[in-house]
Amino acid sequence: MKRSVFTHRLLPYALLGPQIAITIIFFYWPAIQAVWQSFLLQDAFGLSTMFVGLENYATLIGQPEYYHTLVNTLIFSALVAIISLSLALLLAVQADKPLRAGGVYRTLLIWPYAVAPAVAGVLWAFMFQPSLGLLARGLREMGIDWNPLLDGNHAMTMVVAAAAWKQISYNFLFFLAGLAAIPRSVLEAAAIDGASPTRRFWTIVFPLLSPTTFFLIVVNIVYAFFDTFGIIDAMTAGGPAKATETLVYKVYFDGRLGGDLGGSAAQSVILMVMVIGLTAIQFRYVERKVTY
Amino acid sequence: MVEQHRFGNVLPHLILWIGILIVAFPVYVAFVGSTHEPTIISNGQMPPWPGAHMIENYYRTIFVGTSGTTREPVGTMLINSFIMAMVIACGKIAISILSAYAIVYFRFPLQMTAFWVIFITLMLPVEVRIYPTYKIAADLNLLDTYAGLTLPLVASATATLLFRQFFMTVPDELVEASRIDGAGPFRFFKDTLLPLSRTNMAALFVILFIYGWNQYLWPLLITTRDEMQTIVIGIKKMIVTADAITEWQLVMATAMLAMLPPVAVVVLMQKLFVRGLVETEK
Repeated sequence: MKRSVFTHRLLPYALLGPQIAITIIFFYWPAIQAVWQSFLLQDAFGLSTMFVGLENYATLIGQPEYYHTLVNTLIFSALVAIISLSLALLLAVQADKPLRAGGVYRTLLIWPYAVAPAVAGVLWAFMFQPSLGLLARGLREMGIDWNPLLDGNHAMTMVVAAAAWKQISYNFLFFLAGLAAIPRSVLEAAAIDGASPTRRFWTIVFPLLSPTTFFLIVVNIVYAFFDTFGIIDAMTAGGPAKATETLVYKVYFDGRLGGDLGGSAAQSVILMVMVIGLTAIQFRYVERKVTY
Repeated sequence: MVEQHRFGNVLPHLILWIGILIVAFPVYVAFVGSTHEPTIISNGQMPPWPGAHMIENYYRTIFVGTSGTTREPVGTMLINSFIMAMVIACGKIAISILSAYAIVYFRFPLQMTAFWVIFITLMLPVEVRIYPTYKIAADLNLLDTYAGLTLPLVASATATLLFRQFFMTVPDELVEASRIDGAGPFRFFKDTLLPLSRTNMAALFVILFIYGWNQYLWPLLITTRDEMQTIVIGIKKMIVTADAITEWQLVMATAMLAMLPPVAVVVLMQKLFVRGLVETEK
């Protein structure tokens, strides 16, 4: 807090007013409603509602489909994080070397950050479109019967490719910042001792980069959980046979298309708890250790 | 570093160029797709180089629209997206800088409560509270309006926290000096704090413009009329499930148009973009 402050009775409230008002109307009130609705059960026509306590949660946990979606989400997130993090790290390590025209590489690698997830989905859907896509044709020539409209694994491959592609630029930028923060003297000392570049990477660079890596893992999981809604909706709409449905997609699908508001609200609450957990991890363990 | 490589730095350059090719490939394919006739694409005969129908395709996309379910021309969608992105970016900056000013430069009861009320919203992304938020927007008659499209996305803790952090680093002497000069809270804000925050505001604007432009789930729920659609929503609706009807050359032209503004912002304002990205993630 500041030593010198203004004393004014009403002004601070007026300044805070707009943000607090929007926050309460569009954040707190809906969040409270989501929690409240998760305890209610609506009949099929939406005519009557009754309080059912934890029944919605019990139904949800009893559903094999919910586990199926949870497992999907975990597989999807893990694949997206691993692929985009490792490609980004490989590229960042190269770009960190004193190269001619190094800045050009950065420009050419960071722009996918700006592409909307739904648009990224459309781009990849076009290439993987079974009857006319460029990549689908290539796969077919290789003897693979490519059909993401019928084969769940093919559909999953497709959404993972689009989601990982979009996230490379973000990871690349943060790895680059992390690498720049590693003191050159340490690396030079190791080089003089005769450590090979590969050995230097695994024994010095990689461990020193671990705060950045850890931070990025959390960010990538949050990304794969929440920000990929557009990718999935544009490419597969969760199909075929729910093979690419993630937890967020299920909230949307059950509430809007399935009309199960109570169940959808219970799922929202579970997701909220997950976000709070992830945010807490990010602040407790990552915040202090990451160096940019 | 220390070793002398026989091939110089060929390998890093090679890896980086392969990376760039992988990253650029989908966009190249989209561009190629936007320059061919529909028949050649739907037959699966599209060659990997651009065709001769670029002007015709883009003209139809922007001014006429597809012949399918969404007849709205993409020009309207671009305007909607631009309005939404600008209102969200400017609105967020305006309300966050004001509330950060109140929290840092004033003492008042409930100060910490206000801070926490804002801070906790970090943990409530729109995806986890979609239906109740939708219902409130509907009750307030905000469906199919620009206010409904933007207001629920305008409040955010990140921007407020960023300004708060920045204000904490502004030396106290500046407040004291402007007080001696007889300046009140308005003058100090306008003449001292705002000019100092200019770079932070610009960096934040770049990030928030992209954030606003790329919104998907919320506009999908809140807009029902075609003329209120944003381009990111519109493009998805152009893909019809039956492949034969999807006019891929127009979809790809729309994709190119949807990417152009945010990508241009990143490339042209790269320094501010990187700064904004790193700052907002702290």
